[in-house]
Amino acid sequence: MDFIPKLFAKNELIVAFLVVGLIMFISVLVSKHLLRNKIPGAAVAITLGLILAYFGGKKGIADMPLFAGMAFLGGSMMRDFSIVSTAMGASLSEIKKTGWVGILSLFIGIAVAFFVGGSIGYAMGYRDIKTVATIGAGACTFIVGPVTGAALGASSDVIAISIAIGVIKTVVVTILTPLIAKRIGLDNPQTAMIYGGLIGTTSGVAAGLAATDPKLVPYGALTATFYTGLACMLCPSICYFILSLFI
Amino acid sequence: MKIYGVAVLSACFIAGQLIGEVLGIVFHFDGNIGGVGFGMLLLIVLGDWIKKKKWLDAESESGIHFWSGMYIPVVIAMSATQNVKAALSGGWVALVVGVFATLLCFSLIPLLSKLQKKTDLSGSSS
Repeated sequence: MDFIPKLFAKNELIVAFLVVGLIMFISVLVSKHLLRNKIPGAAVAITLGLILAYFGGKKGIADMPLFAGMAFLGGSMMRDFSIVSTAMGASLSEIKKTGWVGILSLFIGIAVAFFVGGSIGYAMGYRDIKTVATIGAGACTFIVGPVTGAALGASSDVIAISIAIGVIKTVVVTILTPLIAKRIGLDNPQTAMIYGGLIGTTSGVAAGLAATDPKLVPYGALTATFYTGLACMLCPSICYFILSLFI
Repeated sequence: MKIYGVAVLSACFIAGQLIGEVLGIVFHFDGNIGGVGFGMLLLIVLGDWIKKKKWLDAESESGIHFWSGMYIPVVIAMSATQNVKAALSGGWVALVVGVFATLLCFSLIPLLSKLQKKTDLSGSSS
């Protein structure tokens, strides 16, 4: 009987298509019949994905050989390629309307995440400036944390915490966005661009908007994709310098 | 032909990544700065231009639409492959920082969006 797992392993990407299709199918049913369409099927499916990931390991469910193809389908190449494809149909005039506030939202988003994250870390007993900076950077995204930590020479357990902070941010953004979208006025391209710049975690922003209104995805993703790169430059340099004036 | 659309999308994607890499080298940052964002901008501008010139028919364009339709499935696969266990085992600091810093950023969205509307109004009246 061992030819069956071999067959799955050989065709891992195709298996992943099937698995995601099944997750989507179940989620749409749950959304329709159990949640009375209050939470969109895509949001249920993304949450279900996160729950499944808990039963896996470092690479979530993809650590199980049967689901190895999920890592490729959900990897950065496919993610970035499909995000770029959503730009077809986005309107240039809507983007121009947001103007400089979109750029401002990037800087404010990074500063707030870094200093608020760092302050909470400080309040919870971390007094070493490199540790505080790494924790603050983790509050930007789970890439900015380790990049900043490595640049400043923080210890590996602190870097692990910063990754955890970034992943929790992604989870919170993914689940919360569709639930509070109406309350924060997230229903137009301009607000979506500001949201992308303030929140910044590309995977969370992309997933959150997909569950809220797929039409808004290109606008939010556009600003969010500049966030990580900008934060990786600012956190270990200017932000760290400002922090050093206080600690 | 569908592949024409996919090829245009791929060209924009790769050109965007190249710009991001070059920016990374210029700013001495080990990585890609905004490659995806530049790819999107290229596709928005190029897509608009191609549509006006009618170089791509609906059939070719559907090659791009297929991939934007695959976007949500890709995100589902992505969330299923996150290190959720590590996120939850990071302890209280990770949880408190992750939740509170994020909530604060959320609360700023209506403020900035008001600012944007104000500048938009003053911009259109001048």
